[in-house]
Amino acid sequence: MGPDYFSELIARLADGFLVTLRLLGWSLLFSTVLGTVLGAMRVSPLAPLRFVGTSYVNIFRNTPLVVLFLIVVVGLPGIGFLPDFFWRAVIALSTYTAAFVCECVRSGVNTVDPGQAEAARSIGMGFGASLRFVVLPQAFRAIIPPLVSVYIALTKNTSVAAVFGITEATYQLSNLIRDFPGSLWLNFFGIALGYILIVAVLSTIASWFERRVGVAA
Amino acid sequence: MSTVLFDTPGPRTLARQRIYTVIAVLVIAALLAAALRQLWTKEMITPDQWEAFGEPRILMALLEELILGTLAAAVVAILFAVTFGAVFAAGRLSDRAWIRLPSRAIVEFFRAVPVLLMIFVAYFGFGSTLGLFWSLVLALTLYNGSVLAEIFRAGIQAVPTGQSEAAYAIGMTKSQVMVQILAPQAVRSMLPAIISQCVVALKDTTLGFAIGAPGIVDVGERIYLARVYNNPFAVGIVLAAVFIIINYSLSKLAVYLESRMRQQGTKALHLVDAGGGGG
Repeated sequence: MGPDYFSELIARLADGFLVTLRLLGWSLLFSTVLGTVLGAMRVSPLAPLRFVGTSYVNIFRNTPLVVLFLIVVVGLPGIGFLPDFFWRAVIALSTYTAAFVCECVRSGVNTVDPGQAEAARSIGMGFGASLRFVVLPQAFRAIIPPLVSVYIALTKNTSVAAVFGITEATYQLSNLIRDFPGSLWLNFFGIALGYILIVAVLSTIASWFERRVGVAA
Repeated sequence: MSTVLFDTPGPRTLARQRIYTVIAVLVIAALLAAALRQLWTKEMITPDQWEAFGEPRILMALLEELILGTLAAAVVAILFAVTFGAVFAAGRLSDRAWIRLPSRAIVEFFRAVPVLLMIFVAYFGFGSTLGLFWSLVLALTLYNGSVLAEIFRAGIQAVPTGQSEAAYAIGMTKSQVMVQILAPQAVRSMLPAIISQCVVALKDTTLGFAIGAPGIVDVGERIYLARVYNNPFAVGIVLAAVFIIINYSLSKLAVYLESRMRQQGTKALHLVDAGGGGG
């Protein structure tokens, strides 16, 4: 366990967390877009759209991520859908996380007092204007804390890609143990530290946002 | 129906909404049909893909692993996690800094690290003595126990302060107040949150697949890898269905308990299930 080991550890952690961050970034983007659309469907006046939103949440929130990975990574190529391994992992992560984003959006809209929208309508604002200037800004402020919890869970969930052979940070553990069998705990704490840093950065951004625009719960 | 976003609709809006509803149904049906057609033509959901699930031998293996692998790991892990959570919640609420700070560090650490990483470490570190099942249980206990510790702490702190003030006023000690006054009231309000955590633990047991621990996903893999079946899609759907049925029922139970508490005037502690620790 000389200087060789530490430079190797740092190099592999850098490799691993680069993949983790790429998985996180793309899944965060896609799940937020999809989850917001589904959330809007769940609060819409049209029954079939609400049904689709509710079914989506019930199906994907209760399915283990490993099983979802199995369907997307192993199953989808069979129907001629063959994006890169990395992108299949992003699809599985985004599909899963969107269900949780959807719930955040829905509960955020529900926290806004109906009187607020009624007041907006009574001064002549239409649906779009009252949504944009009155309801959404208030909903957004209420959403930040739970949404960040979802993103933190997503950060940890990117590790599931390791089960299917993507060499992100968690996968590096077995690599490191193979080459440096004596340093299990150093390897573990090194990788753990990386995740803790990502979680800390997300929490810091969230509390900064909350101070700027948040409301007392 | 009136929500934040729209008023109770009038006759003209109702008529318009009916048209949109029909369009929405048609679009959804078309998308679903296209997806099913693609799955059918690529022989992913044709009858022979489901043959495996008609064989008593395979059904028994699935059931056995579901009960002895997946459910057993989840139940044992939750029982241990409740104990772990109670101990560390008490630690975090302690007046003594040398108990409070380490408890806090341990809880924060295990909450921030992916469960899968802990499963790997438990397996590589203690797997030779613990075996697959207990390595998985150990990792799940540490993660879920830390989350439960936070739930317990929030539950204790949510009990109105008048309760403990009154107890201190009649001369109870701190531990008496905790055990006899605060904990019984807190447990009631925490029940829905604890059940939600059971759902997370059950989903996370599937991560045992990564180290080859027994469980229903392990059987699933053996089915779709078999040359005669080669049906990953069908296996995935069956596995998902099993978990959806169990977890959906658990979630409904949590919602029911919450609504009953609201009737009784107990405020349920609300914690968002943000997607588990890795499954």
